[in-house]
Amino acid sequence: MNLFTQVKTLIYKDVLLEWRSKYAINSILLYVVSTVFVCYQSFKSVDSPIWNTLFWIILLFAAINALSRSFLQETGSRQLYYFSIVSPQAIILAKICYNSFIMLLLSSTAFLVYNLIFSNEVGHWGIYMLSILLGSISFATVFTMVAGISAKAGNNSTIMAILSFPVIIPLLIVLINLSQQGVIGGNFEASWKDISVLLAINVVTIAISLLLFPYLWRD
Amino acid sequence: MRKNWWKILALILVASSIVAGFLGPVPVLPILHETIRNVYFHVPMWFTMISLYLISVIYSVKYLNTGKRAYDLMAVEAVNTGILFCACGLMTGMLWANITWGAPWPNDPKLNGSAIATLMYLAYLVLRNALEEEQKRAKISAIYNIFAFPIMFVLIYILPKLNDSLHPGSGGNSTFGDLDMDNYMRPVFYTAVVGWILIGVWITTLRYRVRLIEDKKNSL
Repeated sequence: MNLFTQVKTLIYKDVLLEWRSKYAINSILLYVVSTVFVCYQSFKSVDSPIWNTLFWIILLFAAINALSRSFLQETGSRQLYYFSIVSPQAIILAKICYNSFIMLLLSSTAFLVYNLIFSNEVGHWGIYMLSILLGSISFATVFTMVAGISAKAGNNSTIMAILSFPVIIPLLIVLINLSQQGVIGGNFEASWKDISVLLAINVVTIAISLLLFPYLWRD
Repeated sequence: MRKNWWKILALILVASSIVAGFLGPVPVLPILHETIRNVYFHVPMWFTMISLYLISVIYSVKYLNTGKRAYDLMAVEAVNTGILFCACGLMTGMLWANITWGAPWPNDPKLNGSAIATLMYLAYLVLRNALEEEQKRAKISAIYNIFAFPIMFVLIYILPKLNDSLHPGSGGNSTFGDLDMDNYMRPVFYTAVVGWILIGVWITTLRYRVRLIEDKKNSL
């Protein structure tokens, strides 16, 4: 099997496993919706910069909760089995793709509920949607690798948080900048710099993950 | 002598940069006045920190390739010394900021970036403590170290250039090198940079050797 088929099979396996239990995805969707309600009950109404920032903070915590369980199933003998049939690059690529998909679902649901409850004017829908898309992919790429590391450290949730927060902060700053451009109705020329920084960080993160994951995986 | 000449060179460079830095002439500029001398002390701290983190990443890569424990010890001691220099850099910076900007910690991307980068390396040390098994600890922390380095670079050097920042050299501001440093300041500044980097490497090698001896004693 070449890399592409391996990745496809692994993604299919993850989706199938998730679809059979539906436990993880339902619980995380419920988590997002309840967090939005908690914020709504405490803030009642917010002005637009806080509206934007609050959305990203809700997404950040939801993402940490959703993606820290990426490697929960791959333990012990199952890992040995994968090791004998697929390459480690295929595993990390499949996890990144699957997690991006999960994050897209999560952030679009979160945005729908959030925008319904805290209604706010978005000036430029294109930029805002693009920032959500890029944000989902960035969260997925960074958190997948960190989840892999923290899984090796015994799946400790504190370790996951302290390892990933400093790494995600630059991304979060750029994302908040970009989506703020979307809220105030800026144009693509003004946000081009932010978009290219996000893409560059993503490319670098994926490249490093591909290089480092084989070492992480081999016990 | 053949092995130790660079330690003596480090001492001479740092000592001469301190003397020349405090006594030498500086250009008379508004707001800055004499505080421009801080460039001899504050900037070299950060250069040393970056060099030490770079050394740490190189030894982490070496560890992953060979699996020799000594490389892992070198990587962690370089980070330990780097954090020390980072603390010195933050403190000299805050001293300067208090005079020129009016507050030790204004909300500025350069300052926040460096603080967050420090959090990242403290997390590296916590991760090491969380892992009991030695080989596993060395491997996983090496992976995190390599993973964190480019992000640290983005935080300290790229993000402040994109946002509005008060700090010289970012947010559209010129660096001191472009405008304010005259031809007397430049050699003193480079002397200080080289001297402090050598001092940092010296501290690292000392700590590394102590660590090696401890390690040998424990394994007996």
